[in-house]
Amino acid sequence: MTVTEATPRIGRAQLTRWLQDYGVYAAVIVIVLVNIAFTANFLSIGNLRTQLVQAAPVAIVALGMAMVIGTEGVDLSVGSVMALSAALIPLYLGYGALPAIIVALLAGLLAGTFSGFLVARVGIQPIVATLALLVGGRGLALVIAGGQLRDVRDRSFLALGSADLFGIPISVLVAAVLAVIVGLVVSRTTFGRRLVAIGGNRPAAQLAGLPVTKVLIGVYAISGLLAAVAGVLYTSRLGAGDPANAGLLMELSAITAVVVGGTPLSGGRVRILGTLAGALLMQLVAATLIKNNLPNSTAQMVQAAIIVAAVWAARERGRR
Amino acid sequence: MDQPVLELVDGTKDFLGTRALDHVSFALRPGEIHALVGENGAGKSTLIKVLTGVYRPDSGELRHRGRPVSFSRPVQAQQAGISTIYQEVNLVPLRSVAGNVFLGREPRRLGLIDWRRTNELAGELLAGYGIDVDVRRPLGTLGVGTQQMVALARAVSTDAGVVIMDEPTSSLEPREVETLFAVVERLHSRGIAILYVSHRMDELYRICDRVTVLRDGKLVHTGALAEVPRIELVSMMLGRSIGEIERHGATTFSDEGHVAGAEPLLRAEGLTSTPKLSDVSVSIRPGEVVGLAGLLGSGRSETARAIVGAFPLQSGTVYLAGKPLRPTVGAAVRSGVAMLAEDRKADGIIGNLSVRENIVLAALPRLSRFGVVSRARQDRIVETFMTRLRIKASSPDQPVAELSGGNQQKVLLARWLATEPQVLLLDEPTRGIDVGAKAEVQALIDELAADGLGVLLISSDMEELVDGSDRVVVLRDGAVVDELSGDAVSADNVLAAIAAPTTGAGT
Repeated sequence: MTVTEATPRIGRAQLTRWLQDYGVYAAVIVIVLVNIAFTANFLSIGNLRTQLVQAAPVAIVALGMAMVIGTEGVDLSVGSVMALSAALIPLYLGYGALPAIIVALLAGLLAGTFSGFLVARVGIQPIVATLALLVGGRGLALVIAGGQLRDVRDRSFLALGSADLFGIPISVLVAAVLAVIVGLVVSRTTFGRRLVAIGGNRPAAQLAGLPVTKVLIGVYAISGLLAAVAGVLYTSRLGAGDPANAGLLMELSAITAVVVGGTPLSGGRVRILGTLAGALLMQLVAATLIKNNLPNSTAQMVQAAIIVAAVWAARERGRR
Repeated sequence: MDQPVLELVDGTKDFLGTRALDHVSFALRPGEIHALVGENGAGKSTLIKVLTGVYRPDSGELRHRGRPVSFSRPVQAQQAGISTIYQEVNLVPLRSVAGNVFLGREPRRLGLIDWRRTNELAGELLAGYGIDVDVRRPLGTLGVGTQQMVALARAVSTDAGVVIMDEPTSSLEPREVETLFAVVERLHSRGIAILYVSHRMDELYRICDRVTVLRDGKLVHTGALAEVPRIELVSMMLGRSIGEIERHGATTFSDEGHVAGAEPLLRAEGLTSTPKLSDVSVSIRPGEVVGLAGLLGSGRSETARAIVGAFPLQSGTVYLAGKPLRPTVGAAVRSGVAMLAEDRKADGIIGNLSVRENIVLAALPRLSRFGVVSRARQDRIVETFMTRLRIKASSPDQPVAELSGGNQQKVLLARWLATEPQVLLLDEPTRGIDVGAKAEVQALIDELAADGLGVLLISSDMEELVDGSDRVVVLRDGAVVDELSGDAVSADNVLAAIAAPTTGAGT
């Protein structure tokens, strides 16, 4: 941060600002330290792998969500898009793993494009436009799958969820690579720069001649695509296409990761690294409490407290 | 003389160090139609808000029928019989007409709204003003004019002694204006005092008895309207007494006119969008600064917006170098037509983004290959313009919202210059910026024209407009009423053109 302006309420203003910028990293460090001290075997390779593998799908979906939120929108349909890809994969695995994956990703892209079209062209509020797909998408997935869980037996497909590459679980690698790509897209491309400008001040972006409609559709399409990727990984790990449960409540986990990571809901800013840290933090909180024999309900309440803290920090900044 | 129904004595109101109302005294007499006029920032809205209890004056006294009052909430002003009709009707569009008329004070039976009675009463009330509508229809399905009439009926049915109308005709068709005036007449004859805010000279002189002129938060004049000639009224609003303006005044524009090419670079023909614009044609030659003059609401900003495709038109075409321009902002920017919007905050800067990001925003395609922005080229552009326009920021990374108004404006100018435009439309480029930045911006306009750009300059600052322009097109009520060039470009002539009564039918 290069800004060094003197405000009268220096202490508090700077604290909240620091909290919003770096709070999520500090929180991750704190929880890691707590675990090293109190949780048995926390530093074991096996446990670290588990934590990362569990956080990966949320992180991937949250990357897309961060872009959408950066445009002052929200994508509630991501969980249902995961369900769609979970429903499609068993149907197309007969043609091989790659074709099945491509079909699933295309479906996600299409679903996202549809949401983007509703938001950008038709002018429906993002929360309503994507709510339609949240409800309808899972229904469609269940219809496609015939309402049941279907086993997946293709070995190369199953490897995605269980195998390693260079000693790192594939799903974690996928999340990392996607994070790098999304990070570059946001910071280095015209598309990314426009996305943030649109979120920051849409009328001004429009008057600056930016292709607002195209950018918005693109953003939702990417969000749909990333949700489908998460759906593929989920299906592979589970070893079955489960449209009833794949991605259930994923929209909330993803939004949480984004908000905790310091991306303001008011748009105009996308924080990729923060989003990853946010996804990891929420995973670690849940895992820590469970490993220390506290019930899941306690974990949920702690997560809620973290969300409130993040939103509070963001609000303080908004008032500056 | 009658005792005023509503009176502000020596009222002052400050906002964050800016004086919006400076020791203004204002009196509304019973039964009169009183015109309130002034340009942007003159303090009209503040005065209205003080009168209606939205703001409390910092000093001074508000009196209602001679007694000092202090409205702490708008509702108290309403209960005292002061009703306000805003430009945009602020009723509930999905509710029925009758429901809106009696919103919040519906006739009740056993605690529930008696809809039959509500409809009956509303029907009678509206019929009394010659408004014939089905009162069960949702308000939103009616025309704007009728909605306004409903709002008016609602206002006066609350036993209003005072009705404040804020630019009621700005979005009305001529026919609707007539109906509105008929209603106003009826209110007038019932002895209700009306405060009427408008920029349409013809309307003012037709219906108003007295006038109050505000400028920069100060009271300039108050008195009988018939005694003030139009041209004097306009000059009081714009802040120049007739003959006061020298052709080469206190601006930094050079004295020579620009050598303009013969062929127009940009030609806008027959821009029409009722009721805001009717058949506006403007042409700009390379190296020429064309001024666009007119009062607030005369269609200046709309003309600039329409040229870049940011204002929907019913008809009209813009030609750039003889070729028709597709009416979208994107197409305009790509072809080299750029518009600096009037409202810097709302339509210009993207506050939380850095100075750098704001500058390159519109020029991104030129700085990119395969969609990837070249940092080197971006930094070169940013550096060039920050130096050339002397933008003061701690670094290119500073959020633009933290800069002063003048520096924000320079950032926006840089944004457009980075696109290497052929035509630059500047809507109030120096409004609200400090004197130093103002001089720099004016000098820049000169320099750009000398480089062969075509410039359209919109300014409420008469001196800036007259000094800076080679040619001035005068707008009134959305139509071109005069065009001045060469030695005819003078403040007197511009004022006269603005003030001249409209000939022919309609307002």
